[in-house]
Amino acid sequence: MLEADLTSGGSLTKLAYYSTVQHKVARVRSFENSGRDAEQEHEPPYEVSVQEEVTARLHFVKFENTYIEACLDFIKDHLVHTETKVIQATGGGAYKFKDLIEEKLRLKVDKEDVMTCLIKGCNFVLKNIPHEAFVYQKDSDPEFRFQTNHPNIFPYLLVNIGSGVSIVKVETEDRFEWVGGSSIGGGTFWGLGALLTKTKKFDELLHLASKGQHTNVDMLVQDVYGGAHQTLGLSGNLIASSFGKSATADKEFSKEDMAKSLLHMISNDIGQLACLHAKLHCLDRVYFGGFFIRGHPATMRTITYSINFFSKVPPRPRPAPGASLLPCARHPNQYSWGENYAGSSGLMSSSPELCPAQRARSGTFDLLEMDRLERPLVNLPLLLDPSSYVPDTVDLTDDALARKYWLTCFEEALDGVVKRAVASQPGCVDAAERAEKFRQKYWRKLQTLRHQPFAYGTLTVRSLLDTREHCLNEFNFPDPYSKVKQKENGVALKCFPRVIRGLDALGWEERQLALVKGLLAGNVFDWGAKAVSDVLESDPQFGFEEAKMKLQERPWLVDSYSKWLQRLKGPPHKCALIFADNSGIDVILGVFPFVRELLSRGTEVILACNSGPALNDVTYCESLIVAERIAAMDPVVHSALKEERLLLMQTGSSSPCLDLSRLDKGLAVLVRERGADLVVIEGMGRAVHTNYYAALRCESLKLAVLKNSWLAERLGGRLFSVIFKYEVPAE
Amino acid sequence: MGAGRLGVPMERHGRAADTSASSAGESAPEGPDGQQRELLRRRASSASEPPVGSSASASAEGIRRSRPGSYSGAPSASRQRVESLRKKRQLFPWFGLDIGGTLVKLVYFEPKDITAEEEEEEVESLKSIRKYLTSNVAYGSTGIRDVHLELKDLTLCGRKGNLHFIRFPTHDMPAFIQMGRDKNFSSLHTVFCATGGGAYKFEQDFLTIGDLQLCKLDELDCLIKGILYIDSVGFNGRSQCYYFENPADAEKCQKLPFDLKNPYPLLLVNIGSGVSILAVYSKDNYKRVTGTSLGGGTFFGLCCLLTGCSTFEEALEMASRGDSTKVDKLVRDIYGGDYERFGLPGWAVASSFGNMISKEKREAVSKEDLARATLITITNNIGSIARMCALNEGYFGAVGALLELLKIP
Repeated sequence: MLEADLTSGGSLTKLAYYSTVQHKVARVRSFENSGRDAEQEHEPPYEVSVQEEVTARLHFVKFENTYIEACLDFIKDHLVHTETKVIQATGGGAYKFKDLIEEKLRLKVDKEDVMTCLIKGCNFVLKNIPHEAFVYQKDSDPEFRFQTNHPNIFPYLLVNIGSGVSIVKVETEDRFEWVGGSSIGGGTFWGLGALLTKTKKFDELLHLASKGQHTNVDMLVQDVYGGAHQTLGLSGNLIASSFGKSATADKEFSKEDMAKSLLHMISNDIGQLACLHAKLHCLDRVYFGGFFIRGHPATMRTITYSINFFSKVPPRPRPAPGASLLPCARHPNQYSWGENYAGSSGLMSSSPELCPAQRARSGTFDLLEMDRLERPLVNLPLLLDPSSYVPDTVDLTDDALARKYWLTCFEEALDGVVKRAVASQPGCVDAAERAEKFRQKYWRKLQTLRHQPFAYGTLTVRSLLDTREHCLNEFNFPDPYSKVKQKENGVALKCFPRVIRGLDALGWEERQLALVKGLLAGNVFDWGAKAVSDVLESDPQFGFEEAKMKLQERPWLVDSYSKWLQRLKGPPHKCALIFADNSGIDVILGVFPFVRELLSRGTEVILACNSGPALNDVTYCESLIVAERIAAMDPVVHSALKEERLLLMQTGSSSPCLDLSRLDKGLAVLVRERGADLVVIEGMGRAVHTNYYAALRCESLKLAVLKNSWLAERLGGRLFSVIFKYEVPAE
Repeated sequence: MGAGRLGVPMERHGRAADTSASSAGESAPEGPDGQQRELLRRRASSASEPPVGSSASASAEGIRRSRPGSYSGAPSASRQRVESLRKKRQLFPWFGLDIGGTLVKLVYFEPKDITAEEEEEEVESLKSIRKYLTSNVAYGSTGIRDVHLELKDLTLCGRKGNLHFIRFPTHDMPAFIQMGRDKNFSSLHTVFCATGGGAYKFEQDFLTIGDLQLCKLDELDCLIKGILYIDSVGFNGRSQCYYFENPADAEKCQKLPFDLKNPYPLLLVNIGSGVSILAVYSKDNYKRVTGTSLGGGTFFGLCCLLTGCSTFEEALEMASRGDSTKVDKLVRDIYGGDYERFGLPGWAVASSFGNMISKEKREAVSKEDLARATLITITNNIGSIARMCALNEGYFGAVGALLELLKIP
């Protein structure tokens, strides 16, 4: 561990620590004798090994202040091998618990300004965690709408609801101004609630509130006006006076009702103040954070209601729950971070009805983990409108039918994934045990999602896939497909010369179609499909041809091939950016011949592959080896690599899908430098589940074979229907 | 009282036409202007209105006539006489009623210049009402006359007299109506002008039980008229509008009169059960800016729950003796002193009731402390919202000025 930051507020202690975690990663390495093994029939093309790797991870932990000692023990336990001498702490507790911290941890407490930390943290979250901020819509389905990261998050109003409320106007990364506050905040709910209901825990109070009827305690407009409010055009349900009935009616009030009334009173008040401040400072973005909000739909609901009510022209209320968990983010711009779905507890972990197991630790313990990515992530410069870009095609939080289907789909596929994971580590004695743990964890997440689709942010096919990858990694299955990919790459490389010869023998127009079909055929291979893998192993050349046969005949389901062919008759593109999909046949016999043709036309090519493994997708490291091997066989690729007309880049992602707003900065820089004017995206994950509707500033080609009959049907096609979407931006 | 108006921004005047009573409702009790006379004429000719008579027999007839649609005969002699009187001024007793969510406020004008002739003509019931109201300071178990507020030697509508302020809880409204019935109020044929939500809520009860037709008036209209009137007459020679100089300094703090001669634009924060905030641009141009449900009712309600008190006075009295800093979490409780980054002094409240999350501290506070903290919480919040509204209104003014500028050719 290198750095730990602590926010000790009035009621809760939030700890963020940066640690280096060891985990296994799959590495590929060319054999020393790589020049010779092409002739050796049964040698794999490269070496696969599993190594320990150390990566940086940010952990966020929340404790009630009463558990400060336990919290400090927790930190101490994790302070192994540290050279840390100083711990950064912020919030009021930094002053209060200074001595305790210094004594327990034997670290010097370095106090930091709470607001500076808060703002940095909020900026950090808004930039780094897609969908961390969301709009809450009462009584709509879904109730949460998550915001994609906005390229420009400023200016905004941050309403941090801790014990009290701080309202801060944030203008730039480090320019902000405290514009106001209120003493009626989370501490008031908790303290007053404890007095009124004799309930001691914050979460329990919220739970009480969830069962109460505030109308029994509050004086409503209809209580004052009788039935006449209707004729007067007043809404009778409005609260005229909070707790007004407790003054006039001489009776006992239920704990639940009082808690609910209190919740309404405080949320309304905060919402109103936020609106008044937003109006005064002409800000239309208001983010709410703090422990009063985080993970509590009840408070989000009431505050949103209040905001909508008090703003005649409703601004966009955007509770930013993550902010509360982010006491301090140092060097916010130097690295990008990705939320680790495997390690994060869900949005509603504190909801007692749904997950009693999690309940036991909620309130005292909430976790969010973020892994530091090697390099910063940025927008693809070619996005038409980065602020409106949404990678995912279908929002499963929105689409109940699709959600049901995909959750079932992932549940059914789980056994296969577990088997594959075990098989990927044949020598490992504990592989089966870890795989079983993986199964349980991912299964639990799927079940949680069935009940609360919004539990981990927006639910999409991408998030389901990514969560699976994260969970696999957590149980040390860094790359279950490494061996499969290795084998398939070896087989495909052997076929490469024959495929090229076949293509070169064709006339120009025939060749263009054959190249596209090759791209698509490579995409048919799905290791889930047993028939395909059998064929592959016996006769790869035949397998490739077989796959082409399976393809839908033209016209395809989406077919703009003629337009594409017409375009190819014109001047060559300056530079094409290609996002590759699978290892093996797809990249070697599909993508590379296509790349080769573009190169021959005088088009430069940037081939972008995943930084880390995901399913059987080709990784950047693998692509380097594959390219090297192809270069050895093919002079066109060889000279292009040498002259840097063919560039291999990493995407910055380890997902089977593609988020064009979070790409490796190096890639984005190169795309700009080379003036890329064509983007090719292939595969279901990248071109259908994501980016199907992505609008680019340049020409784009989206290709996929629909290997899922449900999805095919939804799009109006059948299994193995072809998507060939060639788009030219409007002038 | 400002209850019942939480966040319902609407144009007062647009709503005034909703009921016949309030369509003519611009007339407050003190205004014998043409408008009011017009109102009364219309009323007199309306079959559904109880005609005003000065004798019991006439009143009995009036009651019958007041049944909707039951009146068909020609105006009686007494009725004509009454009408000629009414053109001059409203008959006694003069009442103004504000039926809020928690309290009913009754204002009664006691004429002190009654001539012998008048006295002779005065009916028994009227006399008994006057005696009852002016000779008591408490009515029943809950009604209270705020003697200290009484405005003496007032000239209202050409008559000299005292203005009495009486209040009782809204939940005793049925008893009040019953009393009106027992004392035969309806025989007086006075117009009962009432405002507040209760004017609507209890309208039917007044009619069916007390046989009294309420003249319902818009509460915000009444509020502004009332404030301007009270300020204009002063409080027995002293100004009723005041402010605190050096409010944060207990030693230097003093209450000073504020001159309302040229008050516009002003922000009016009416704290009833709930709170209404109005921006007033002139005597009859205003709008409701916002409101909050955290008002007097919240203070009293929470105090009842927290301390077991049963009256507003008791709650206030307890609050005056308590120490809220035991209950609230102050800036210095969190930061050990001032929070200089934001210029927050250590004594500022960081979290109302924030200390009450701790069991030990819950056990260490008194009822008085809790009452005090409740008072501080509610009042600070109202102050904060009002300030924000004032700032926002300030901008509206500037925008308005800009628009004016743009109109200049």
